[in-house]
Amino acid sequence: MANIIEKILSRASSKKEVTPGEIIEANIDCAMINEMTGHLTIKYFHEVGAKKVWDREKIIMVPDHLIPAPSVEAAELHKIMREFAKEQKIKHFYDVGRGGIAHQIMVEKGHVKPGDVVVGADSHTCTYGAIGAFSTGIGSTEMTAVFITGRLWFKVPKVIEIKVEGNFRKFVTPKDLFLKVAKILGASGANYRGLEFKGPTVRDMSIDGRMTVCNMAIEVGAKAGIIEPDEKTLEYLRGRVRESFPIIKSDEDSEYEKSLEINANDLIPLVSCPDAVDNVKPVSDVEGIELDQVFIGSCTNGRIEDLRLAAEILKGNKVSDRTRLIIIPASQEVFLDALREGLIETFLLSGAIVANPTCGPCLGGHLGVIASGEVCLSTTNRNFIGRMGSTKSKVYLASPATAAASAIKGRITDPTSFKGD
Amino acid sequence: MRISGKVIKYGDDINTDYIIPAKYLVLTDPKELAKHAMESLDPSFTEKSKDAIIVAGKNFGCGSSREQAPISLKYAGIKAIVAKSFARIFYRNAINIGLPVLECEDLWDKVKDGDQLILDLKSGKIENLNNNTYAQAQPLPGFILELIEMGGLLNKLKRMIG
Ligand code: SF4
Repeated sequence: MANIIEKILSRASSKKEVTPGEIIEANIDCAMINEMTGHLTIKYFHEVGAKKVWDREKIIMVPDHLIPAPSVEAAELHKIMREFAKEQKIKHFYDVGRGGIAHQIMVEKGHVKPGDVVVGADSHTCTYGAIGAFSTGIGSTEMTAVFITGRLWFKVPKVIEIKVEGNFRKFVTPKDLFLKVAKILGASGANYRGLEFKGPTVRDMSIDGRMTVCNMAIEVGAKAGIIEPDEKTLEYLRGRVRESFPIIKSDEDSEYEKSLEINANDLIPLVSCPDAVDNVKPVSDVEGIELDQVFIGSCTNGRIEDLRLAAEILKGNKVSDRTRLIIIPASQEVFLDALREGLIETFLLSGAIVANPTCGPCLGGHLGVIASGEVCLSTTNRNFIGRMGSTKSKVYLASPATAAASAIKGRITDPTSFKGD
Repeated sequence: MRISGKVIKYGDDINTDYIIPAKYLVLTDPKELAKHAMESLDPSFTEKSKDAIIVAGKNFGCGSSREQAPISLKYAGIKAIVAKSFARIFYRNAINIGLPVLECEDLWDKVKDGDQLILDLKSGKIENLNNNTYAQAQPLPGFILELIEMGGLLNKLKRMIG
């Protein structure tokens, strides 16, 4: 019987059923570009002589990597986006001050619905699996084809199911769950495959937490991460999505390539050490490593739940003199919520700097690029050599709880055993 | 379609940040991008990349969806990439820009840097002229071969529109 990914792809390609390995052509419900990859799509669109996009309401444009523009080059990319949005009368263009990180915007503003097939010219497009959509990253040239035709071919993936039960201990988070998955599967362990997260723990997780685990599916090579929509999904989408959508779930007896079982009770804070996401160790194994910078933000962990967790630990504490703490909410909405809840005040009083929604330092772009010899602990999703700045710097990846505790101590610190000064 | 070239050999998990770091993504000229290809991993890359074939291990091109990764390799002169496996977005991007990519498990052990290879894209047969060994890559499916022969997806779109 069919799993959720097979069902979504058969619906999108108007087929009764599809099987793994089969190549299908699907109708695209929604397509996203940012400035880094989107400028090429726009250039190619004109180059091939196309006149009109297939559907001006289904294209979402979000400059997010470098906003507001820190350089002339970045400003030129934003200008290309702006002019194209105007020329094609693109309905949803989130300019500076109106958006944030594209992956957050896509879900938060209700552009993605359960059961949709969504593509984005960014690898972390897999994030939207959190609300039960099939979403995946593509390149700029393919996006040109989507802009023109609204269709794209896919190979139906084999799916790995990840069943999670038990409860997270205090200060253990969905990020730690995913790092555990990365340790088990390895950086290419899910290449060309789908990852379906399920089980009571996943049902207990908020949409924010679900977005974190689906966001990182690409880090083990997966085409998509996905979680069946449930009551929590519907509640989140109320007021965000206006159109109706079907509730697509995996059949009880669906087939999977393999199955992983994880008990959340056994999870501890984990950290992915330089220079590979699957180089995962317990935080306690690397405790004490001195940090020059801590970054809390990105499409992985820049949501309100992440900021609340960080604030809970930072409240009444000070960031170590040795360290600088940079906090970036993932979107204007997250920023506003954090402001209203008093989190921003907590951050500023602790000695952190809070910047405007953008990818920023995650990709070594701006607002916290690191120097040679420096060490950063970051809540982002990649720690390849040079990812956040100098090729002689080092990046550790961890949860917002680990990041906050570590910022106070100035060293990598296990949040579950952390005591404020 | 046959391709010949000298081998540049790499290991597993060559990610897109190594192929082209994010700080160069603001460059819009592919020739400028190509100057920085692989610079953090292999600073001498551009001296040897003209008409070369990359032979790599598992998961080549993992990481970002940036098409600038295969573009920078193509404009640096790379004729084809043969890896044990590819990350999927890189794989699709390479084909879409007309850069041939072949999956082959057993070539890696049989080549060293600088060996001269001949690849037949249709059959997937690979010959190493330096040690007279052969390897068999997975042949490319028809529609992918067709895209590569057309020089990539943009040419197909041009024909469709034109
Ligand atoms: S926050 Fe980082 S990983 Fe996410 S889209 Fe931006 S650059 Fe990519």
